Amino acid sequence: MNIHEYQTKELFRHYDIPVPEGRVVHADAAAAAVAEEMNGERWVIKAQIHAGGRGKGGGVKIAESVEQAQELADELIGMRLVTPQTGPEGRLVQRVLVEQAQEIRQEYYLGLVIDRNSQRITLIASASGGMEIEEVARRDPNAVVREAVDPAVGLLDFQCRKVASRIGLTGKLMPQAVKIMKRLYRCFRDKDALLAEVNPLAVVADDRLMALDAKMSFDSNALFRHPDITDLRDFDEEDAKEVEASGHGLNYIALDGDVGCIVNGAGLAMATMDVITLCGGRPANFLDVGGGASPEKIANAFRIVLEDPNVKVILLNIFAGINRCDWVAEGIVQAIRDQHIEVPVVVRLAGTNVEEGRRILEGSGLDYIKAERLDDAAQKAVAAIGEVSA
Amino acid sequence: MSAFVGKDSKVVIQGITGQHATFHAEESMGMGTQVVAGVTPGKGGIEHVGVPVFDTVHEAVEATGADVSGVFVPPPFAADAIMEAVDAGVKVVVTIADGVPVQDMVRVKRYVQGRDVIIIGPNTAGIIAPGECKVGIMPSHIYRPGPVGVVSRSGTLNYEAVEQMNELGLGQSTSVSIGGDPVNGCDFITILEGYEADPGTEAVVMIGEIGGAQEVDAALWAREHMSKPIVAFIAGVSAPPGRRMGHAGAIISGEADTALAKMERLESLGVHVVRNAGDIGATVQRVLKG
Repeated sequence: MNIHEYQTKELFRHYDIPVPEGRVVHADAAAAAVAEEMNGERWVIKAQIHAGGRGKGGGVKIAESVEQAQELADELIGMRLVTPQTGPEGRLVQRVLVEQAQEIRQEYYLGLVIDRNSQRITLIASASGGMEIEEVARRDPNAVVREAVDPAVGLLDFQCRKVASRIGLTGKLMPQAVKIMKRLYRCFRDKDALLAEVNPLAVVADDRLMALDAKMSFDSNALFRHPDITDLRDFDEEDAKEVEASGHGLNYIALDGDVGCIVNGAGLAMATMDVITLCGGRPANFLDVGGGASPEKIANAFRIVLEDPNVKVILLNIFAGINRCDWVAEGIVQAIRDQHIEVPVVVRLAGTNVEEGRRILEGSGLDYIKAERLDDAAQKAVAAIGEVSA
Repeated sequence: MSAFVGKDSKVVIQGITGQHATFHAEESMGMGTQVVAGVTPGKGGIEHVGVPVFDTVHEAVEATGADVSGVFVPPPFAADAIMEAVDAGVKVVVTIADGVPVQDMVRVKRYVQGRDVIIIGPNTAGIIAPGECKVGIMPSHIYRPGPVGVVSRSGTLNYEAVEQMNELGLGQSTSVSIGGDPVNGCDFITILEGYEADPGTEAVVMIGEIGGAQEVDAALWAREHMSKPIVAFIAGVSAPPGRRMGHAGAIISGEADTALAKMERLESLGVHVVRNAGDIGATVQRVLKG
């Protein structure tokens, strides 16, 4: 689960990680008043959306006066901001962060991730701040410093000093860097984060280190023990259909093809999409119905897949382990009867109670295309599109 | 023959009084698994599905000699349950729960470091030695005894591969799902080691997916240490980058994470890579004959 920059900075304040003075402004509040209250001569107005690359998309502006702060805030709020990460439709800006602009002397990168290779929380740092860390690593892997944390003892001072010195945070900056790293680690661990990024971590006036941008992402599976983080979820930033699907216990991801997919299990769902692609088709979605799918859940899956107007055929592939083919079959019958489905439906059932499932389908008298095997199902689905368009 | 579990394995089910645990304990006993005990804190002393229930894993192990555990507790309690089983001396711990916090697993991995135990899962369908022992939620009736060791991230894709093999008369020595989480109890290498050592396994099917480097690490390891052939499939050729495809770990974060990159790397390391998931069974048959 992602949160906004202003929320992350609020969290940073609780952990004594220095951030610029700033305040979030919604559509109805006055950016000018906020800027005036904060003093200073220049302000940064930053669009608050979850997608990255806001600077490149024109979502970060500098105001030289209180009046300009208001103008820029008015301009940003309500616009659809397009960044390299939003897709062409962009994201609606509902609030901006107004901050005192800082005099930046030097920029660094500081991050924490759960590294899959070491299977540990790992500190990542670089002297090249302000750029995407993946880009820095591509250009020069040695420019990125990594330090894995032993969970038995946590992030140790000497590790922070080692990292700080390797990226050039020496002298008066080193003790500040050590404090920031340790506090960021504590926040990351306390709140079950999956990612924390300070980019840039900047040296500003009076040689102070400050987090100028901040991003955090949290483990959805751990939200049960973090009601404070759960409250920060912004549904407007998420795909409405994916949220709706998850409400029904379905894992749905929209893609841009025309073969609607209903499958159980993430691995089989991906493999089904892959075989469709190999057969010359294009999957319209990823959909995992999970385990123990009731007839209602299957019917909901049909409805969600068919909300996509591009879908020309549905391929249902269920290999029942803890699922039951008879329940799945009942769900298919329910869906085809109640939803007036006009596109062809290819059904491949296997596993638990498969005979009963097939009997239900055959006895229903409904029109569907029967498939025995995975590749056979994909071929039939792709062929059915050809027949519909011909 | 089988790897990790077999007909002599004595299984304790943690969380045995739960609905799913009850169902799967009975199902696995039906295929011959020796389930010897259950654990549900607060319910010690009762009998459930014909076996004694204890408050702690320690008591269960002391009383019954259990050496394999099936952890059927909900995700928030899974890490504690795994470590309890490890502390009690259990040698194989299978964790079914989908949704265990990642940092919990980071701590579990630190806890088990240096100990003689294999953690399978979380987010796994489990392990089965057909006809001998099952700890998990897979439909045991689809598995047949035979010479192929199967290891996958996914459960359902494991079933798919097994059914294709069955159609060609090829059974399995053991089948394991290691789970779809980014930090999981054991990696492919641990399972390959078991299959290499198992005289009943003649060939291995490895089913991976996008994200992480575990499949490539396994192939690198196998090139140096394995005599038996490996057939591999990697799911997610059609997955878009940056999106989590169902499994928490199935996400393309860099070029090496893509299915195509992994398949090419595996091929260069001598693994028989299957491009079409529908061809897994036929490829195993060809490799075993060759």
